[in-house]
Amino acid sequence: MITLESVSKRYPKSRRPALDDVSVGVDKGEFVFFIGPSGSGKSTFIRLLLREEVPTSGKVTVAGRDLGTLRSWRIPQLRRSIGCVFQDFRLLPNKTSAENVAFALEVIGKTRPVIRRVVPEVLSLVGLEGKENRYPSELSGGEQQRVAIARAFVNRPLVLLADEPTGNLDPDTSIEIMRLLDRINRTGTTVVMATHDANIVNQMRRRVVELDRGRVIRDQHRGVYG
Amino acid sequence: MRAKFVLSEALTGLWRNVTMSVAMILTTAISLTLLGAGGLLYVQIQETKDVLRGKVEVMLFLNDDASEQQRQTLKQRLENDHQLVRDVSFESKEQAYERFKELFRNSPDFVHGVQPDALPASFRVKLLDPKDYSDLANKYRSADGVSRVSSQQEVVSQLFSMIDAVKNTTFAVAVLQGIAALLLIGNTIQVAAYSRRREVSIMKLVGASNWYVRLPFILEASMAGLIGAAIGWLGLILGKVFLVDGALKPIFSSGLIPVIQWGDILVTGPILAFIAIAISGITGWSTLRFYVKV
Repeated sequence: MITLESVSKRYPKSRRPALDDVSVGVDKGEFVFFIGPSGSGKSTFIRLLLREEVPTSGKVTVAGRDLGTLRSWRIPQLRRSIGCVFQDFRLLPNKTSAENVAFALEVIGKTRPVIRRVVPEVLSLVGLEGKENRYPSELSGGEQQRVAIARAFVNRPLVLLADEPTGNLDPDTSIEIMRLLDRINRTGTTVVMATHDANIVNQMRRRVVELDRGRVIRDQHRGVYG
Repeated sequence: MRAKFVLSEALTGLWRNVTMSVAMILTTAISLTLLGAGGLLYVQIQETKDVLRGKVEVMLFLNDDASEQQRQTLKQRLENDHQLVRDVSFESKEQAYERFKELFRNSPDFVHGVQPDALPASFRVKLLDPKDYSDLANKYRSADGVSRVSSQQEVVSQLFSMIDAVKNTTFAVAVLQGIAALLLIGNTIQVAAYSRRREVSIMKLVGASNWYVRLPFILEASMAGLIGAAIGWLGLILGKVFLVDGALKPIFSSGLIPVIQWGDILVTGPILAFIAIAISGITGWSTLRFYVKV
C-alpha cells in the first residue's frame, strides 16, 4: 500500500536531513506505529505521503501511485484515497460536527442525497449519535477527535494517516480513540500512526517502526515503545 | 460543484473585508471609467479624421501680380499631378470676396472694411490622400505666381493633437489606476485566502480539486471587477449627461467634432465588464497560485 525506497528529505535551511535514506513498506490492511522523539522525521514522513512535500531523493508510492511522477492536478485524487487525522483536530469552528463531516464530501462534489445518507452513518460509527448538531466548542477533545476521524473515514479511504492523534487527549480518552482506529483498521483500512505515546504503543502490540534523526533504527512486527 | 455554495462563499468574502472591497471596487471603477472615456475619444478621433479629411482642401494663394500665363501653367501642372491631386478648382478674387461676404454676413461692418480686391485668388486642391498635404505644399510653394500654400488641415491637426493629448493622458491615468486596482485585487485575495486558510487547508486535505478551492476567490475578484465596471459605466453615462450634453456642449455644437453618441456608450458597458471580469479573475488566479499551493 505504501512503499518508500531510499527516501531522503532535506529542508533548505536545515543542516541535517529530516529523513535520511529511509526504505520501508506498509502492506494493505496493516496497522503501523511510527515512533520517535520530536524531530525524528515522523511528520515529514506523513507530509511526503500526502504529497505536501516531495522527497529530495528516493521514490514514494502510495496505493500504486508513484508520487514522484504524479501530476499536480492529480494530487486531489491521491488525497481522496487517504484519510488524515491530526493532533489539533483541524475542525471548522463555525460548523457543527455533521457539517464538518459533510464539508469534506461537499468539496469533492458529492451529491446532497449521498451526504444526507452517509454523514449520520459515519457519525454513529465513531460513537457520536445525538451530537450531530454540536459545534466543536461544545464537544470534548475526544469527541472533537472523533469528528475528525469521521471526516477522515467518510470517504472510505484506503489509508488512514494519524499524526499524534492522541497528543492532546488524556490517557482514557486516548485509549477510546485507539479502539476506534483499531475498528477502522479491521474494516481493511491501512492505518499509519505517528506517535510518541509509549503507553498506547505498548498496549496495542502492533508493528512499530522507530525513527531517530531521520533514520529507521527499528522495525518490529509486534513491537513495544522500547 | 454547487453554484450556490461557491457564490455565497464569494459574497461572504467580499463582505468580510468590506473596506478593502470598496477600495478595490472604486479603484477599478475609476480606472475603467477613464479607460472607457479614452476608448470613446479614440473612436471619436478616428471618425472625425475620416470625415474631415475628405472635406479638407489645400489652398494655393496666388500673387496679386500673377500673370494669366502663370495661372494657366500652374493649373495644368496641378491637373496633371495624378500622384497627389484629385480635383482642382479656381477661385477668382471676385469669387473669394463673394464667399467672404457670405461667410461674414452677420458682421456687415467687418465686410465693409474689406476692399473687394483685398482677397487673393486661389486654386483649391482636393488631395487624393489628405496626409500628403506637406508634399503638395513643398512642391508648389515656390512655383511661379504662388504666394502662399495654406490648408484647413493645419487648424484641424492642431485640434486633433489636442484631443490626442487628452486621450493619451486619460489612457495613462487609466493604466496607473488599473495597476492600483490590480494590486488591490491581489491584496484582497491574499487577505481572503489568509482569513480562510483553515477551510482551504481542510479542503486540500480531503482532496478538493484546485478549481474548487480557488473558484470562490476568483469569483470574489471577478464580482468586485464586475461591480467596478458597472460603476465605471455609470460614470461614463453621467459624463455624457453632464459633460458632453452639458458643460462642454458649446464645443460639440460647433459641429467640428461629432458628439459622442449614446450607442457608443452603451456598447462600452459590456466591453468594460468583460475586461474587468477577465483581468480581475486572472489576477485573482495568479495571486492564488502563490498563496494557495497544493
